[in-house]
Amino acid sequence: MNQENRLAYWLRIAAAAAFVIVLVAVVDVASRGSFLEPSNIVRVLRQITYNCVLGVGQTFVIITGGIDLSVGSLVALTGVVAALFANAVHLSGFPLIAATLIVALGVGSIAGWINALPVVRLNLPPFITTLAMLEMALGASFILAHGRPVALSSPDFQNTGIGSFLGGVTSALHLPSLPVPVIWMVVVILVASVLLTRTRFGRYVFAIGGNEEAARLAGINVARVKTAVYVISGACAAIVGFLYMALFSSGSPQTGTGDELLESIAAVVVGGTSLTGGRGSVIGTFFGALLIGVLYNAMNLLNVDSYLQKVLLGAVILFAVVLDELRKRYLSRQ
Amino acid sequence: MRGIGKSFPGVRALSDVSLTLSAGEVLVLVGENGAGKSTLMKILAGALQADEGEIFIEGRPVRIATPQEAQHLGIGMIYQEFTLVPQLPAPANIALGVEPTRAGLIETGAVRARAERALGELGLEIPLDVPVSHLSIGQQQLVEIAKVLARSARIIVMDEPTAALSDREIERLFEIVRRLRAGGAGIIYISHRMEELSRIADRITVMRDGKVVETRNAAEFSADEIIRAMVGRRLDAHFPELAKPAPDAPIRLDVRGLTRAPAVHDVSFSVRSGEIVALAGLIGAGRTEIVRAIAGADPRDGGDVRIDGAALPAGDIGGAIAAGVAFITEDRKAQGLVLGMTVRENVTLAHLADFVDRDLLIDAARERAATEKMIGELRIRTPGTEQLARNLSGGTQQKVVLAKWLLGNARVFLFDEPTRGIDVGAKAEIYKIMLELAQRGAAIVMVSSDLPEALGMAHRILVVRGGRIAAEFARADATPDKVIAVATGAAA
Repeated sequence: MNQENRLAYWLRIAAAAAFVIVLVAVVDVASRGSFLEPSNIVRVLRQITYNCVLGVGQTFVIITGGIDLSVGSLVALTGVVAALFANAVHLSGFPLIAATLIVALGVGSIAGWINALPVVRLNLPPFITTLAMLEMALGASFILAHGRPVALSSPDFQNTGIGSFLGGVTSALHLPSLPVPVIWMVVVILVASVLLTRTRFGRYVFAIGGNEEAARLAGINVARVKTAVYVISGACAAIVGFLYMALFSSGSPQTGTGDELLESIAAVVVGGTSLTGGRGSVIGTFFGALLIGVLYNAMNLLNVDSYLQKVLLGAVILFAVVLDELRKRYLSRQ
Repeated sequence: MRGIGKSFPGVRALSDVSLTLSAGEVLVLVGENGAGKSTLMKILAGALQADEGEIFIEGRPVRIATPQEAQHLGIGMIYQEFTLVPQLPAPANIALGVEPTRAGLIETGAVRARAERALGELGLEIPLDVPVSHLSIGQQQLVEIAKVLARSARIIVMDEPTAALSDREIERLFEIVRRLRAGGAGIIYISHRMEELSRIADRITVMRDGKVVETRNAAEFSADEIIRAMVGRRLDAHFPELAKPAPDAPIRLDVRGLTRAPAVHDVSFSVRSGEIVALAGLIGAGRTEIVRAIAGADPRDGGDVRIDGAALPAGDIGGAIAAGVAFITEDRKAQGLVLGMTVRENVTLAHLADFVDRDLLIDAARERAATEKMIGELRIRTPGTEQLARNLSGGTQQKVVLAKWLLGNARVFLFDEPTRGIDVGAKAEIYKIMLELAQRGAAIVMVSSDLPEALGMAHRILVVRGGRIAAEFARADATPDKVIAVATGAAA
C-alpha cells in the first residue's frame, strides 16, 4: 500500500469508527444501556450471520464484475434438499450432520456452476443467468417440499442451529454464550479472506475484475476463475441454507427468499466493494453487514416503526456509498 | 486554424500547426501514423481542446469546446469508426440528436423526408427501413455522410474514408466528394493511399511529428516528393548500435502459413536467436493480428508456429507463455495492465505460480523483492512496489508491462507498438532493454508504425499489407521511401 492508499485507508477507518462510536453512544443512552449489553451484542452478531455469509460469497462474484441474484433461492433449495436428505438416511450424530452439510454444499456448488456456464461460455450477463436460477431454484424447492416446510425428524441438528460454542467456558467467565452460527460466520470470513488476499486464485479474481483482457493475456484461465466465484457463492448460500434448516428444525422453501438477497448485496456494497469490479474485501463485507445489523437493532431498541426502519436503512445505504464516492474523488484530485 | 498546439502527458502531439481551407476545395492531409492528423481534426471537431492557437471560420475567430458547438459552426466529421446506432434505420440515424418534433413527439414523416432529401443530394438509394447494421460497410459510410450533410455542414472532415470500401464504393465516394465540392463545401480528406491523392486533391498538406512540413497544389506535388516530405531526414542517432546475430544462430521462432481470417493470410517468416525483426505497414494492415495469433491471444485458422522447433498450440495463451512467448500488447491500458492493481501485483501477474509457497499462499515479501529488482534494472520511476499502476506515466507503465514479461524466462518477445505515446527518454531505455534481450539470445518481433524506429531497431523489416508480407528488406537495404511505397501500395 502506498502512502496515498494508506492515508485513504486510515481516513476511511477513522470516519467509520467515529460514525459508529457516535451512533453507539446515542443509541446506548437512548435505550438506557441495553444496547451495549453483551447479550445484545451477541444478538446482533447472530442476526447478521446469514446475510454476512451470503455477502461473503457475493463479494467474490462482485469483485469479478458479476452479480449473483440466485443466492436467496439457493438458501431455500439447499435447506429443503438437506432436510429431505437428513430424513431419508439412516445416520445420526456427527455423521448425519456432516453428510447433510456435504449434500447442501454439493447442491449449492452445482447451482453456482450452472450459473457460471452461460456466463463463461457465451458471455451472457450474469444478471440474467442468475435471475433465471433464482426462479428455477425457488420453483424446485417448492416442488421438492410439496409447498410446505420439511420438518427434520432427527433432533441432532439442534446444537448447530441454536446451540452455543464452548458454553461451559463462556458461562464460567460470566460471558454471554456464543451461538454456533456465529462461529460458522467467523470461520467463513477467515477462510474467504485468506483465499481472496493471499492466494493466486484471489489475485486472479481482482485481476479479472480490474481488466479481464489483461488477465487473459497474462495466461490466466479466466473461465475457470469466473466459474469458481459462482461456485463459491452457491456454496455460501448452501451454508446459510444448512444453518437456517438447523435453526428452524426444518427446510422451508420460503427461507431466504425475503430481504436476504438485497440486504446481502447491500452489505457488500456498503463494505466498499465496487459493483464495477476489481476492488473489495471480505472484511469490508462483514462491516457492511454489521452496520446494517446494528442499525436494525438500534432502531428496534428505540421502538422505531418497522416501516420507517426500511426508509432509514435505505437512506443509510445511499449515504454510505455517496460518502465513499466523494472520498474517492477527493483523493484522486490530490 | 492558426498556430495550433497540443500536448498529452509526455508527448507533444501538435506544435504551431496552421491550416487554411477554402470553400469548394478538397484539402488532403497526409502523414505517417502518429503525425498528428487525427489530433488536429479532433480539435477542429471539438472532441479535443487545443492548448494554444486559434481557429477562424469565414474570418471570425471561434471557440469550439464541444462537438455540439462544432456542429453549429457547420463542421461535420466523419470518423473512421462509425458513429451510427446499429439498431436504428438510416433516417433515425441521420436525424439523431436533431429530431424534428411536434408537441414533444418525433415527427416520423419529417425524419424520413429529411433522410430522403440528404440521400437525394448525394444521388443515393439506400434501404430506409432496415437497421443500419444490415447495410454494407460502404452503405453505412454513406449514411454517415448523409448525417453530416443533414446538419448543413460546410466544412467536412473525412478520416480515411476509403479504408473499408470496395473499388466501386470508392468511385461513388469520390463522385460524392466532387459534388460536395461543387456545392461550395470545404473538405479535409485524410488518407494514406498515394493513388487516391492525385484523383481527389486540390491541395495536399503533409504533416510530420505534429507539424505541417509542406503544403502544395496537388498538381505540383509528385508521389515521390510527398513520401519524402512524410518521412523527412529523421534516421538520426538515438537508436543504439545493433549487433548482428551470428549467421549460424538457431531459428527461435518459425511461423509457417499463418492464417487468421479476415486479417492474416498465409504469413511465413522466421526469427533467429538474437535477431530483431520489425513488422512495418499501415494501421489495419494485419500486423497486430499476426502477433496476436502467434501469442495465442486469437485462434488461428491455419498454419504452424514453432518455438525452437517445438510446435505451439493454437489459441492457448497459457501454453504460449509456458513455451517462452512474451506478448507486450499495443494498448497497455486496455490489455497490458490492471490499472487498479499495484506495480507489484501487475509485475507478478503472469508468473504468480513462482511466488506461491508450499502452503499455497502467495509470498508477498518475495514478490516485493522481485519487483524491486525489476524496478532497479529497468529504472521504473515509481515511488515503490505498492504504487497503483493507474498513477504512473505512460512510459513507466510500459516498463511495468515489460517487467511483467521479463520476470519469466521468455525466449520470444512480441512487441506491439512498444513505444507509442511515451517520451523520448523512456523510448531510448526501452530500446536498450530490447537490445539486451536480443544479446541474451531472445528472438524479437516488433510491430512498429514509427518508421525510423522500425528501420533503426531491426535487423530485418517485413512490410505487411492486406494481411500478407508484401516485402522484406534487410537493414542495409531498407529506406523509408521503399518501405512506405510498399506499405501504401505505390510499389509492389
